[in-house]
Amino acid sequence: MPYRAILIIVLQTLLVACGVQQGDQQTSSAAVVPAQSSVAAPVSSDNSLDTTAPVVVYSSRQEYLIKPLFDRFTAETGIQVQLQTGEDGPLIARLQAEGDATFADVLYTVDAGNLWAAADKGLLAPLHSEILEANIPAHLRDPEGRWFGLSVRARTIAYSTARVDPAQLSTYEALAEPQWQGRLCLRTSKKVYNMSLVATMIDRLGIAPTEAVVRGWVANLATNVFSSDTLIIEAIAAGQCDVGIVNTYYLGQMQQQDPALPVALFWANQAENGVHVNISGAGITTHASNPAGALRLLEWLSTAAPQYMFSDLNLEYPANPAIAPVALVQNWGEFKQDTINVETAGRLQVEAVMLMDRADYR
Amino acid sequence: MLRPAFLPHFSQTLLLQALGFLVSVCVSVPIVVILLQWGTLGNGEQEIWQHLFATKLGRLTLNTLVLVVGVGVGVSVLGVSLAWLVSVCEFPGRRHFEWALMLPLAIPGYVMAFVFLGLFGFAGPVQTTLRNWFGNDVWFVDIQSPGAVILVLTLVLYPYVYLLSRTAFLAQGRSLMDAARVLGLSPIAAFLQVALPVARPAIMAGVALALMETLADFGAVSVFNFDTFTTAIYNAWYGLFNLTVAAQLASLLLLFVVLAMTLEQYGRKFKRYTQDERRRSVQTYRLHGTHALAATLFCILVIALAFVIPVIQLLVWVSSTISSELDSRYLEFFSHTVMLATMAAVVTVIIALLLALGKRLAGSKRLHGWHHFAERAATLGYALPGSVLAVGIMLTFTWLDRKLSTILYLEPVLVGSLFALLCAYVIRFLAVAHAPVEAGLQRIKPTVMEAARSLGAKPKQVLWQLYVPLLQPGIFTALIIVFVDVMKEMPATLIMRPFGWDTLAVRIFQMTTEGQWERAALPALTLLLVGLVPVILLVKNSRAPVLMKGKFLAQ
Repeated sequence: MPYRAILIIVLQTLLVACGVQQGDQQTSSAAVVPAQSSVAAPVSSDNSLDTTAPVVVYSSRQEYLIKPLFDRFTAETGIQVQLQTGEDGPLIARLQAEGDATFADVLYTVDAGNLWAAADKGLLAPLHSEILEANIPAHLRDPEGRWFGLSVRARTIAYSTARVDPAQLSTYEALAEPQWQGRLCLRTSKKVYNMSLVATMIDRLGIAPTEAVVRGWVANLATNVFSSDTLIIEAIAAGQCDVGIVNTYYLGQMQQQDPALPVALFWANQAENGVHVNISGAGITTHASNPAGALRLLEWLSTAAPQYMFSDLNLEYPANPAIAPVALVQNWGEFKQDTINVETAGRLQVEAVMLMDRADYR
Repeated sequence: MLRPAFLPHFSQTLLLQALGFLVSVCVSVPIVVILLQWGTLGNGEQEIWQHLFATKLGRLTLNTLVLVVGVGVGVSVLGVSLAWLVSVCEFPGRRHFEWALMLPLAIPGYVMAFVFLGLFGFAGPVQTTLRNWFGNDVWFVDIQSPGAVILVLTLVLYPYVYLLSRTAFLAQGRSLMDAARVLGLSPIAAFLQVALPVARPAIMAGVALALMETLADFGAVSVFNFDTFTTAIYNAWYGLFNLTVAAQLASLLLLFVVLAMTLEQYGRKFKRYTQDERRRSVQTYRLHGTHALAATLFCILVIALAFVIPVIQLLVWVSSTISSELDSRYLEFFSHTVMLATMAAVVTVIIALLLALGKRLAGSKRLHGWHHFAERAATLGYALPGSVLAVGIMLTFTWLDRKLSTILYLEPVLVGSLFALLCAYVIRFLAVAHAPVEAGLQRIKPTVMEAARSLGAKPKQVLWQLYVPLLQPGIFTALIIVFVDVMKEMPATLIMRPFGWDTLAVRIFQMTTEGQWERAALPALTLLLVGLVPVILLVKNSRAPVLMKGKFLAQ
């Protein structure tokens, strides 16, 4: 009977699908041991650590930037790391939907705004770790200890070495002045890096002055805003515009390919608050099944070798100030970073997005 | 009576019917979950809505309309004209163009977008060369303009219209065109007055698919930073941290879809034309001289822009990165991609069949109406941005998981399972499978069945010698299109894939999101090559005479 055949095929397909999944689950759940303690009561001694249990990480950092670190962690500690990559919004939504049934032990994202949002939804557990608190400066972690910055990303001004005298440059705000009319390139306001930058400006300057600055930027744009920092740097090199605001490691990547690139970095706001920095960072999930392993991973990531690897893998700055970055990054010189707590980026993000909408910064 | 002859028992008919209905209800659940988000309209939501009204809702709506109209016109003009040329006219290269014009189907919109931006952007090789030749003031189209977005989406989406209208033109057969000629119609008049109206349902179906894809697109528009409803959905979600408003915006997006569907229905409302199903050479018009040259050049231009140039650019990027990029994991990406696409294609087509059969078997008018409604709801998923749909499914499944764990003490099994991901694919691409299956089913006229029965055919014979051969091309087309679409699908795969199930599309995302286009080129090219295989199969299949091979009718 034909419809029976159809039914059988449907059922078989479903069974196969479930079968594969169950197989996956068994391999992982066989190794998972029940949580020994809730994270709220901080885990700090390694005695309770079962190294056979894997640590499951939900990450919006791209795999090629983070997997080498986890591989090394596994090699050193014997603890396996399972990585699920994705975008921030969906990962946080997934974590929230899964609730106490979540697979995730660690949430690793870029931008403090995302970590703040996850913590705000109660998805991250507060923890106390002497190692983390010693290695990570206070402004790069949550005041309540729910997340910790692990690498630092500086967002500053990039300029054309052919057409701009760096003496003309000073602050982010100054890019709104008429002398930059038709010479500025920006990335879309939909990128969280710009939301964070504007959020910290709101905290420092207030809403109205910040809005005036953003309007000035928009008025100075040489062309429609771009969808990536790399495009801004290419546009500056090609002569479409003279200045832009970028994360430093994008320039680093391009300098590795073309050392003669006619684009350089200018450290913004050195006489004022300092360069806007953001983080990639992580926290332990509220319903982690392996909080001890997760803590071990975070602590390990704040130590010397992995901190250097952050810089080596993506040309970022180590969050641990005791560790120097790779040579290419060091060559950009020392700079003063803004020490406002990065959680500001999350707290004022909605405010910043609305402000940029009003200013017609797309 | 529409009940097929091979199902004599009332109870069995009822079972199939109920099954079809059940499936359509299940499939609409995530969409309903999204609609239900209107139940939450707290202070936060109200504030955001006021803000959106005050700032950019108008521009977003306008942009979305511009995109829909632009792409709609673009794919119609390109798809229909090319289909007409290759199926009715004869000119140099026609045989090759016939299949080559299908190839862009294998290119995901987001890949085409980053290739175009890389190639034609201010800093790209084309503009740089022009500046070197003609100085810095040389004029060039602004690549970050609505026109460029429309062009890119048109180039990747016209194959839907081309495919469906070409099949329709071929099915019209030569006799129709001969009759038009005998009656003294010029080629253009014959096209406008005869071929076009007869092919309208097929064309409309193709345009509707392309438009739903356009509305759901996030990848291509965000590369060009062109704000649409879809980008606003993501901005409300990621920027304003408000998933509720995002879902509400998504449900507004569905309004656009309902509009597109109504358009399609309107197209179908017109008188149905019985078609001469025999496929034979229909090349009625032999083009000469400048006409032939123009036709050839037109086809070459489209193929060059939509396929050859992007592939060359990808090859250039791949050649500079392949040594560092290619490792054993590519085999994994490749096999995951193919496995997921195969499973999803089979399941989706089976469900599409159940849906279509269920509706067909619905005896009473009222029941038929219900089925029709369920069918519409079930195919809405195609226009939802993948991430939004995925969240709808996730919310549904986590709820189910909880129920299961409280009632049956089960571990959560649904979220993060392969089953959940397959569900997402089914809901997302049911519309794609449904169109050709439904079209195939509609060709089986009750009279044919009755004739078969009165000639003494047994139910089994009717099934195997009538139903199967008549449905086969539709099912095959559905399988292939879903396969290719699932392969290209990115956002839902990204969110819902089980651990370790990275695909080529996921890999592309990981690279493009950091602006590393050169490194994205290798997975993009691989995806394209894998996609070519089914597309070529499809072309071959659509050319072969597929009907009337049933021995039954020959007797």
